[in-house]
Amino acid sequence: MSAPKRAPRPGFVLDVDRSTPPTLMWHGEGFRLEKFPVGTRVIYAPEPVNPLVDPRGAIRHALANPVGDSQPLASLLFSGMKLTIAFDDISLPLPPMERPDIRQMIIEEVLDQAATAGVDDVELIAALALHRRMTEAELRHAVGDRVYDAFAPSGRLYNHDAEDPDGMVFLGETKHGEKVQFSKRAAESDLLVYVNINLVAMNGGWKSTATGLAGYQGIRHHHNPDTLRASKSIMDKDNSKFHDINWRMGTVIREAGVKIFQIESTINNDAFPSSMNFLQKREWEWNARDRASFVALSKTLDRVPSRTKRGIFHATKAPHKMTSVQAGEVEAVHELTIAQVHKQQLVRVEGQTDILTMGLPYIGPYNVNSIMNPVLVMCLGLGYFFNLYRKKPLVREGGVLIMSHPTPWEFHPVHHPSYIDFFEQVLADTTDPSTMEAKYEKQYAEDEWYRHLYRTSYAYHGVHPFYMWYWGSHALEHLGKVIIVGGDPKSVRRLGFTPASTMRDALEMASDVVGRDPSITHLHNPPIFMCEVD
Amino acid sequence: MKALRYHRKPVKYAASRLASSLRTGSGAAYGPLDLSEPKELALPSAEWVRVRPQLSGICGSDLATVEGRSSRWFEPIVSFPFVPGHEIMALDSNDRRVVIEPALGCVSRGITPPCHWCASGNLGRCERITFGCLRPGLQSGFCADTGGGWATEMVAHPSQLHAVPDELSDLDAVMIEPAACGIHAAMSAGSLDGAVVAVIGAGTLGVLTVSALSTWNRPAHLIVGAKYPEQIRAARAGGATEVVETNGLLRAVRRTVGCLAVGDGDLERLAGGADVVFDCVGSGASIDNALRMTRPGGRIVLVGMAGPTNIDLTPLWHREVALAGAYAYGTEPFLNGRRTFDAAIELAGTAQLGRLVSATYPLERYTEALDHAANAGKRGAIKVAFDLRAQPKRTTLTKEPSA
Repeated sequence: MSAPKRAPRPGFVLDVDRSTPPTLMWHGEGFRLEKFPVGTRVIYAPEPVNPLVDPRGAIRHALANPVGDSQPLASLLFSGMKLTIAFDDISLPLPPMERPDIRQMIIEEVLDQAATAGVDDVELIAALALHRRMTEAELRHAVGDRVYDAFAPSGRLYNHDAEDPDGMVFLGETKHGEKVQFSKRAAESDLLVYVNINLVAMNGGWKSTATGLAGYQGIRHHHNPDTLRASKSIMDKDNSKFHDINWRMGTVIREAGVKIFQIESTINNDAFPSSMNFLQKREWEWNARDRASFVALSKTLDRVPSRTKRGIFHATKAPHKMTSVQAGEVEAVHELTIAQVHKQQLVRVEGQTDILTMGLPYIGPYNVNSIMNPVLVMCLGLGYFFNLYRKKPLVREGGVLIMSHPTPWEFHPVHHPSYIDFFEQVLADTTDPSTMEAKYEKQYAEDEWYRHLYRTSYAYHGVHPFYMWYWGSHALEHLGKVIIVGGDPKSVRRLGFTPASTMRDALEMASDVVGRDPSITHLHNPPIFMCEVD
Repeated sequence: MKALRYHRKPVKYAASRLASSLRTGSGAAYGPLDLSEPKELALPSAEWVRVRPQLSGICGSDLATVEGRSSRWFEPIVSFPFVPGHEIMALDSNDRRVVIEPALGCVSRGITPPCHWCASGNLGRCERITFGCLRPGLQSGFCADTGGGWATEMVAHPSQLHAVPDELSDLDAVMIEPAACGIHAAMSAGSLDGAVVAVIGAGTLGVLTVSALSTWNRPAHLIVGAKYPEQIRAARAGGATEVVETNGLLRAVRRTVGCLAVGDGDLERLAGGADVVFDCVGSGASIDNALRMTRPGGRIVLVGMAGPTNIDLTPLWHREVALAGAYAYGTEPFLNGRRTFDAAIELAGTAQLGRLVSATYPLERYTEALDHAANAGKRGAIKVAFDLRAQPKRTTLTKEPSA
């Protein structure tokens, strides 16, 4: 997409009236058109901010002009040194971006400077923490063929393995007794360069390394119900216990002598290709082409099986463009990054709502090229979208969240094996995060088979479904009821939520909790944005 | 007297097999089973007595027979025409309630000295079930001379009769015989202290095996694979640690044991597995499933009656798994030589097994009864029985809430 001719418009809050056309809602690998009651607020994302005209030039500039207490990258590189480049994994960005991926552009520039300095000992690590390993195709997409072919065959480009007993070290403890576990290679390097793509305000900063290159023994200190309940929100670093702990761990990492050169980038929310342009627009601005695209896509999706639908959507690459890049000392870099994220995503909203509605799309951070299973549906809705706020949640305490998603009882057996057991065993017993943490987490975290599949196949770590559930801890505590429209009733009930056939039914059910004349707000997301609720 | 009698009629047998293959439960309408009023049975010897069945259950082996699916193994050890029914609560000549231990061993056959199995109280293993004063018949209910429970009258040897304690209801009492089968299976595996045990199937035998395990031989973890909601409820009430849907049992065993598995996320089979698996279904598929979830050196107890089947026994050999049957009852070494029936009488009371009787029918409605029994799981039932008391109208019983 070329730079827009006019300035991008900020986010917008529409008050639905009688002339408002039906609102488009995501519904997994499909859509719904809903006619909301008069008076409903619909919040639209800001339009994509203008991208950098010369991203490679901007990268070079950032590396040469670091922020915070850092020297330019070139002066940190020297012959004979041990250099490790770690980068964000498959969970970012969403959807995956068109080539060249930002990681590729940054890594190529870092490697060029390393080569110029005569650095030979270079390793590249996908900092996936307890996520699944990236496939060759996914790694190629992220770092580019040239980098992949130069490093992967010799074993110098690989996925982080948090369960490798010889590959992990403990760097110490925070003042709160939190153990800091870290990649041994990264810890022993003369320089660790971290390459980030910041999709949402939660990403980046010390989380990149303190989580991305850690293992279960470290991650469990911040991926737990107590921490996540006290993170209000997890998208707001300054009010997030989750980030507090990652930042404390960052201090330990720094004091242990790990030298980090952080490179963070931001992207605009140009998330869908031109063939799906209607997804980026407000409904009353759809033109004939948008309407035709919507009808054609909807009709196609109605006629094909789920597997084909998934294929269609997961083959879609986003035309995201870089809006900023900054490098240097972790915290100084991250402050700039967050400002850029807010510039793209922040929408100011007056007051909370009784009922918050949202359509959940086909993709979240943990089902790229995979299946959005019911646990991930919960996580996307209650963990991510609910938390896309600053100051106050968009929905009031005791309010109702209505999500739209088919929520099939379906799992990717290779990517999510422990999720299947979690769904069948843990959720059949309890949906309370603290109870499941106490009763089941250790068993799943230490399960030999899950560990084996995480290390050798493409499986998320055994403990990962717990984390997905904990991600929704704040929302579970805050909400009076959760309803899923159009979901498989059996799956929805297993999640502890209420199934509804239509939005109208869901609103009727919600009235039991919030009364007969509730305020309703619809989050028209994605494209992603976050609300600042006054 | 009225009786449902099963005749040796190969054409009708084939018709029942065909019918049941088209629709489970329809075999009785086309098979060699008829309701008639035969003349009174002669007493096989002076010791024998007449009893009047009051409630008589429909067992899986009965269903296999009327659906034309029984194994030819039984041909020489049954005699025609026979009256099916071996889960019997009856009244004796003094109108005293009794349950019948149907195994026809040496004592009831008038054979002296008894074979060493009968001498040790293990009637189910009697080596002389085709000899003595009776025509062939492994049990009452499969012998032309004894009659069976699906009749208003039959004959029994006094050694077969067990008084029903007053505190047991009639429904509790009719569950004593199948309970004895479950107890015998549960005790046959020896001590299960600390073991992980899986039970495949939660029909009558599965639930009773679970109850027996919970009562006398509790393992560290008892996982049950059940197919239908009522079975799931019954297995939970029976004391299972965990009840999962049948197709999730392999996965449930793996996560309990924490073993490795063959398969990349999808489970093909387990590298380790359960210490003991009770197969209470007895089909080729269930045995195959049991082999995939039993640890090397483990044990499979075949509780459900198996028929001809095609199974790959390589894992049995390769993993040195023991496959043992569990038929009927006798005395239980694990219970210090206690008679299985005595234990079953106790269990029927403590576990209130009458709650498992989901529906009863009069003899006249035998095709409906057998259809119901053959589709018990689907129709939310566990045990279906004939009610021969003065209540010709079918009663659907109210189930007790599961624990």
